[in-house]
Amino acid sequence: MPNPLKCDLCAKPATVHLTQIVNNKVHKVDLCEECAQAKGVTDPSGFSLADLLLKASLNPEPTGVAGVRCEQCGFTPNDFKKQGRFGCPACYETFTSLVEPMLDGMHKGTAHTGKVPRKALARKTLYERLSKLELDLTAAIKSERYEEAARCRDEINQVKQTYGQKSPR
Amino acid sequence: MTIASLIDTPSELTDSASNKTAVVLMTRIRLARNLAGNPFPGWAKPAKRGEIFELCRDALTATLPMKRCLTIGIDELTDLEKQILVERHLISRELSGAKAGSGVVISRDQAFSVMINEEDHLRIQVLRSGFQLKKAWSTINELDSAIEDKIDYAFSPSLGYLTACPTNLGTGMRASAMMHLPALVIANQMEKVVRAVNQLGMAVRGLFGEGSDASGSIFQISNQTTLGESEDEIIKRLGSVLTSIIEHELNARQKLLEADSGKLFDKIGRAFGILQNSHVLSSGEAMNLLSLLRLGIDLRVFPEANRSIIDRLFIEAQPGHLQHAQKGEFEPGQRDLLRAARLRGEFANFPQPNFTFTTDGSN
Repeated sequence: MPNPLKCDLCAKPATVHLTQIVNNKVHKVDLCEECAQAKGVTDPSGFSLADLLLKASLNPEPTGVAGVRCEQCGFTPNDFKKQGRFGCPACYETFTSLVEPMLDGMHKGTAHTGKVPRKALARKTLYERLSKLELDLTAAIKSERYEEAARCRDEINQVKQTYGQKSPR
Repeated sequence: MTIASLIDTPSELTDSASNKTAVVLMTRIRLARNLAGNPFPGWAKPAKRGEIFELCRDALTATLPMKRCLTIGIDELTDLEKQILVERHLISRELSGAKAGSGVVISRDQAFSVMINEEDHLRIQVLRSGFQLKKAWSTINELDSAIEDKIDYAFSPSLGYLTACPTNLGTGMRASAMMHLPALVIANQMEKVVRAVNQLGMAVRGLFGEGSDASGSIFQISNQTTLGESEDEIIKRLGSVLTSIIEHELNARQKLLEADSGKLFDKIGRAFGILQNSHVLSSGEAMNLLSLLRLGIDLRVFPEANRSIIDRLFIEAQPGHLQHAQKGEFEPGQRDLLRAARLRGEFANFPQPNFTFTTDGSN
């Protein structure tokens, strides 16, 4: 006899098997009687599969990121397991291997095709260029490459002018 | 501006009669946005939350739509005031339970509200009466761009807008319509509709979101996924689902009229009688009676001009609004007496039902 399926939310044997087809993708959730009741699966108006899938996808131990901590905010995969929310925007890069498999069943696709905050991104690019030029300038002065230093200084002034009076955050 | 004056000011939800439609009560869109380089509200330390709150508040109040807005910290509100804002769909239940360092900025006409430090740093919302998905998207898109002038959003080219919960990644957009579907409920077809809508990747909820019941036959239908589709595509897909639900509801009404108009008119007539004469009304029962009256208006039993009165009462019969109007806090039992009195007064001068026009069931 094959292994009985286990509930995606707890370890009990699953008796409720749910299959939903969203945009030609098959989503499957297996639940025990109690979890199915608690999640309102029996009441179709009150449950959303996306939420279930999110929690179910957390159940297998995340691989490769178990001991990792987000450098920006100190968040760990265990915190995510507890809360179902991340700590900060940088977590998405830190825990890529946790995020990627999760997205597959959760959304219509895995790549963003919508609105892009162009102004914010342009500011960021400019700011990054400025920081790099400032580093180059310091390095050039330190090693007495004055011609290069002068070029950096001119470029910094130029970037600052394009940016206007506002100082980047 | 204060909560009291906000309630007395004409608002998009309670007073905009021109856009009222038979099936869709209102359209809402919300965008989840976060500040780059900052911990999400649920993970931020209190001092950081306070800092983020001030930064967001200042950026928001400097935008054009938020001119002369109401800005409130959640800790400045009484429980009753929070309840009123939830009943008006201006804040979520989650925000009403949030700690200090959270709050909301509400535009003067209450069409826009932005929650700060709810699950994400910003939850931008636009609310429009009637079925106006495209218009709602264009106005919220503008406000979002205006905020972007002042705030660096957390954004990844591949994952889109970065949100605390991965279910909101990408566009961060949840578009929804509040639909009044009495005939589908009476005909026991709602379960089928919910299943079909779920299959299409849309969610169905009650009037006050997750876990709330569908009293008054009012349902919220929204997109479930946010990544992998552009805003326009999501809106187009949701729009076509909504249009087909409207069609089903209108068909169901037609069928009820053809099969047994007497039974349907009996329900409407009795609802009117109870609203005019009852002395104890729970909010659930009141919602269901008002729902039947709204159906009566759609079927021309009552004049169309009265539809906005019903939509206003859907809100004002809620416990928070009722207690505010009576200037006090009351036990549920007392509230039911007050609610019945309020509705008796409201319906004393309501036009008498006319059941003769409706044989064609037109709408």
